[in-house]
Amino acid sequence: MKDTPLSNCERDFLLKAIEEKKRLDGRQTYDYRKIKISFGTDYGCCFVDLGQTRVMAQVSCELVAPKENRPNEGIMFFNIELSPMASPGFEQGRQSELSVKLNRQLERCLRNSKCIDTESLCVVSGEKVWQIRVDVHTLNNDGNLMDAASIAAITALCHFRRPDVSTQGQEVTVYSPEERDPIPLSIYHMPISVSFAFFQQGTYLLVDPCEREERVMDGLLVIAMNKHREICSIQSSGGIMLLKEQVMRCSKIAGVKVSEITELINEALLNDRKARKAGGKCGFAESMPQERITALKKDETPVEMTDVTETANGIIQKGEAAPQTVPSPVVPVPGVGQVGQGLQNSWGLEDDDEDDYEEEKNDNSGDEQVEEVTKMDVGEGDVVEISDIEEEEVVILNPEVPEKPKNTGSKSHQKGAAASKKRQKK
Amino acid sequence: MAGLELLSDQGYRLDGRKATELRKLQARMGVFTQADGSAYLEQGNTKALAVVYGPHEMRGSRSRTLHDRAVINCQYSMATFSTAERKRRPHGDRKSTEMSLHLKQTFEAAVMTQLYPRSQIDIYVKILQSDGGNYSVCVNAATLAVIDAGIPMRDYVCACTVGFVDETPLADLCYAEESGGVSSLALALLPRGGQIALLQMDARLHQDHLETLIEAAMTACKGVSKVLDEVVRQHLQEASVLTGE
Repeated sequence: MKDTPLSNCERDFLLKAIEEKKRLDGRQTYDYRKIKISFGTDYGCCFVDLGQTRVMAQVSCELVAPKENRPNEGIMFFNIELSPMASPGFEQGRQSELSVKLNRQLERCLRNSKCIDTESLCVVSGEKVWQIRVDVHTLNNDGNLMDAASIAAITALCHFRRPDVSTQGQEVTVYSPEERDPIPLSIYHMPISVSFAFFQQGTYLLVDPCEREERVMDGLLVIAMNKHREICSIQSSGGIMLLKEQVMRCSKIAGVKVSEITELINEALLNDRKARKAGGKCGFAESMPQERITALKKDETPVEMTDVTETANGIIQKGEAAPQTVPSPVVPVPGVGQVGQGLQNSWGLEDDDEDDYEEEKNDNSGDEQVEEVTKMDVGEGDVVEISDIEEEEVVILNPEVPEKPKNTGSKSHQKGAAASKKRQKK
Repeated sequence: MAGLELLSDQGYRLDGRKATELRKLQARMGVFTQADGSAYLEQGNTKALAVVYGPHEMRGSRSRTLHDRAVINCQYSMATFSTAERKRRPHGDRKSTEMSLHLKQTFEAAVMTQLYPRSQIDIYVKILQSDGGNYSVCVNAATLAVIDAGIPMRDYVCACTVGFVDETPLADLCYAEESGGVSSLALALLPRGGQIALLQMDARLHQDHLETLIEAAMTACKGVSKVLDEVVRQHLQEASVLTGE
């Protein structure tokens, strides 16, 4: 399915706001969205929420024959799946540009930086090595899939435990988790990628772009670093031209962000370890009843509650008295009852004049109170009149304005109609 | 390749170059008659052929036409005989697709696409022999081909791969140096304004060294741009002699 194109006014609005250093969700230029990390029941399964962007990473392992030119090293395989679940624009099975970009970037960030000791994955040199496979699935795309995927991948790798093996000569015994405890992978460092979006030919820069911001950005710079301030990979994409100073500044910002995120990951891993040791149930199924799994769950918004009663009272007092109750039915003839005055005639009889309407309106504004409520009298006989006269005033978007308040209409109708018209004029 | 020191004590590299020396760059423009622009470029042992078609009408999916500028379409492929072991998939695998995307991005920044709305420019690059610095050689070859095709560009696009060994930046890496686990940075630069069209770095490098590395890359690119400029002027002179101007 094709993505809904972004309208020009949305684009202009976003760019204008960025020029004024404002973002859609109220963040500062260098702020990340809220990151939540949770784990599944199996070792190696990890969910990461970056704001509304959700990804899931799963690590699995298998004994295979090694590559010919590297006989005593294990194999790492990375795969990012862009499923249509995440965004209607993603197509199942097709290797789109974005998918290639994300996959290559993740490979470069994790494989080339040698964050995992591959030699420790060797079981029998030249014959059997562990192949570690990291699958990242995107569940919801709200921008910045790269960062979320890198956090998920490295956290899953840290969380993963592989089965213990022992070798007697050529014989290899793989122990199941019941026989011997599985052992974690040996990880040297945790590379985490930070994305910078550039706007207006590189004049403005934002960290962690959301989906809307990604659509209007000119280009992206992804810097992967670890907490020891070593840069693991830099990649600029999009047709932007950078200056050296911009790159240096971005690398400094990335250093700060990466240390924060690494803290978060370590904390999450520690909490999970404690929870498992305490024997408590953990994992995906458990987080469902506690509503931790719902993708669109809103966080609690802090609301100022101290003077809520006074404000509420104030609003009520300023409010208008309750509308007239419907008068009791009048029974002119047995079998016929009339309740109320009936609606205004909406058949658009044009014999009258708009000039009259103007004068009437002005008269009306004289006698009624200008202090009106925040609520309007909507629905009391307000009708929409559609007529073909060109000289009529254009009444936009306000459904309750009748053209000519008739004399038969009750006073409240006039009040309501003229009041709303008056408000529009304002 | 343990035991092969990439930078000796006297400051010489594996092939006898100094740390900031570039490999020998030789290039020819206008090698094919069918294409609008073509170039052949050798940088040391890495050889690349670039061919440009365009600007012409949008082919394939009309829906990708841009109303205000030209679409640049790049394809990068390596000949099966280009590497030490025969390449099984010359194009279509992830690395080649990524390279093609990078080339496209680089040239979108440099070519004045606003002059050709609703049209398409194709750039095809093929590596005939790969000895390190594939991306940089492709970019340099493609620049010459685009100039040969007469398509206006903002500036020469020069690229170079630099590595960092023993606190020293090495310019223009060869394959042995690249695969030795050296942190390598590939940079595509528009020399006159010092603007970076593409920046790509793999392997670990401490943040403090980043600035030196980028500086070294920019200097190397400026060196490449001088050579490319020479080649273009030479070619123009030959062409004008032939047409008798």
